[in-house]
Amino acid sequence: MARQTARDPRKRSPERQGSKAENKAGDKARKATSKAGTATEATEASATRGTKESLLPVPIDPHPPDDPRRSDVDEWGRSEHLRSILRTVVDPIYTHWFRAEWENFDRIPTEGGALLVGNHAGAIPSDAATIMHGIETQLGRPVYTLADEFFKKLPLVNIYWQRLGGVQAHPDNAYRLLREQRQLVLTFPEGNKGPGKHFSERYQLRRFGRGGFVEIALRAGVPIIPIATVGAEESMPIVYKSPTLARLLGLPYFPITANMLVLGPLGIVTWFPAKFRMRVLEPITFDEPPDQPRYSRSRIMDSAEMIRQRIQEALYDMLRQRQSVWRG
Amino acid sequence: MAKGRRVLVTGLGTFWGGRVAQALEADPDTDVIIGLDTTHPTVELERTEFVRTDESYSLLARIVRAADIDTIIHTFLVVDSTQMSARQLHETNVIGTMNLCAAASQEGSKVCNVVVKSSTLVYGSTHRDPVWFAEETPRSGPPRTRVERTLVEVESYVRDYAIDNPHVAVTMLRFSNVVGPDIVTPLSRVLQMPLVPAIFGFDPRFQFVHEDDVVRALMFVLERQIPGIYNIAGDGLLPWSETVAICGKRRGYLPPVGTRLAAGSLSRLGIALPPEMLDLLTYGRGVDNRRLKAAGFEYEHTSAGAVESYAQALRLRNTVGDPRPAYHYESDVEQFFRHSPAVVRDRENSSSNSRRR
Repeated sequence: MARQTARDPRKRSPERQGSKAENKAGDKARKATSKAGTATEATEASATRGTKESLLPVPIDPHPPDDPRRSDVDEWGRSEHLRSILRTVVDPIYTHWFRAEWENFDRIPTEGGALLVGNHAGAIPSDAATIMHGIETQLGRPVYTLADEFFKKLPLVNIYWQRLGGVQAHPDNAYRLLREQRQLVLTFPEGNKGPGKHFSERYQLRRFGRGGFVEIALRAGVPIIPIATVGAEESMPIVYKSPTLARLLGLPYFPITANMLVLGPLGIVTWFPAKFRMRVLEPITFDEPPDQPRYSRSRIMDSAEMIRQRIQEALYDMLRQRQSVWRG
Repeated sequence: MAKGRRVLVTGLGTFWGGRVAQALEADPDTDVIIGLDTTHPTVELERTEFVRTDESYSLLARIVRAADIDTIIHTFLVVDSTQMSARQLHETNVIGTMNLCAAASQEGSKVCNVVVKSSTLVYGSTHRDPVWFAEETPRSGPPRTRVERTLVEVESYVRDYAIDNPHVAVTMLRFSNVVGPDIVTPLSRVLQMPLVPAIFGFDPRFQFVHEDDVVRALMFVLERQIPGIYNIAGDGLLPWSETVAICGKRRGYLPPVGTRLAAGSLSRLGIALPPEMLDLLTYGRGVDNRRLKAAGFEYEHTSAGAVESYAQALRLRNTVGDPRPAYHYESDVEQFFRHSPAVVRDRENSSSNSRRR
């Protein structure tokens, strides 16, 4: 009843107009038949009925066709169109510059949510783009990357970062992506401590945050898939960090990279062609049921530390086997 | 139903108050509708009684008692800070709500249902926000603008009232950005401009709700008597660039640094960009609308659909001017209709009913 009563008077107007038009047409029809003079009452009635039926008030939808969307930007700000353009641009870099290679790629699920966890490196980390590109081209499913809220404050960067698959690292966002939309989500628990470390500390994993990523995976009931990446550290090594400039500019760190020293200003956006190797480790599943109000903090910290250890060991193993930084 | 509702609507002179009163008039279960406001209503009303009060409703308790009010619809929360001064805003929102709660919880009050029209402004808009706010998601930071501060205070008073009066069904509806053919908001004013303000380098995602869906939602919760907090917003998030494109406009950019300064000089030119809107134009806001949907409510418009409907109304208005002249409330005429023995009431009723059907 409320639906009917809540209706706006405006919505009645099409009907009213319809009935007016109908009357007019009816009159015309009647005139026409009487002019002909041959029509009996019955035919007249049927004629008017006929015209009436054909002129029944056409239900004009007072609402516009819903969803007049003009772009393909989704709720996370991602645009598949822009993403595919980027894939075309990145593809030669991925195959010829970094010559990215995967081990155990089949451990990445082809459907269902999963939290991909990696090590993060290089002043401007190239690992995120490489992992996303590899998975999206090979599996044909999108990867959303959780990133620091800092990006959201930068003009222009914030638009394109979101259009290309970046999502602000908020537990609610990650939960919705993983649990409700069953997507692949990539995260780097080291945060900016990973890329912000000096070249001398390369492949030494930092603290894995406070284990928030484990809690999200537990709540969402998805496996964690660790990925160890070798090559990103050497693609843009930090040789000097200026805390003063970082503070002045409000940046998490202000690096002077080897790329800048060698290539000048061009080095800000040019990576060295280090050989990229990604090793997908054994997925970690949890016994706890999802959607619990709270999970044991010590259990979370233990799992986070265990995952960090596994990635660290895999990195050492891959470095032991690596003959050359450039040729792999 | 043995006895109909006796409803008090605050803010009858505002767009919402008027629309809600119109919807209530069409509802046979509603016996009495009393509307309060500081100004006369601007819509055509048949059986709503209008009572003129001051903005903080200090006489409310007596009205509630005298008219045996059992349902209060509080639509008079100002969310457009360009309309009034800080003091007025505080008086209207905070003090008005306080008096309303006091009146509703007085001795012998028969109030059993309170519906408050709040706004998603209570979530704020910062770079730390999640993409979707659920009803229980806290703000990312303390409120920074006046209107947000008053709304947060209002909600805390309403919550206290709900805790103190467990027998009363208190519903708080948080409305997202409302657009539609008729309503005027800071956002709709901005979308009318030849160059729509945007902040350079930011393309936030907005959520919209159609004005009809707002009235339908208010009537829905009134009918179901579902207590709690509910977000009201159309499905989907729309980038600002796309919103402007649907309206057939172009964007004019404000600098990302010193935005408030630039907005300040624009306001001197008569283009009002309140601080909460600048936040919104930078970071946007999305709210989860699934709780009311789970209660059975169906939206007629998505976010994009609501904007499209506004854009169509805008095109019509640009061509023929205002298609529906605003009705001016003539109290003498209304008095005549209500009380004069010369008015034939039965026919009036039946004709209005048939028209309604």
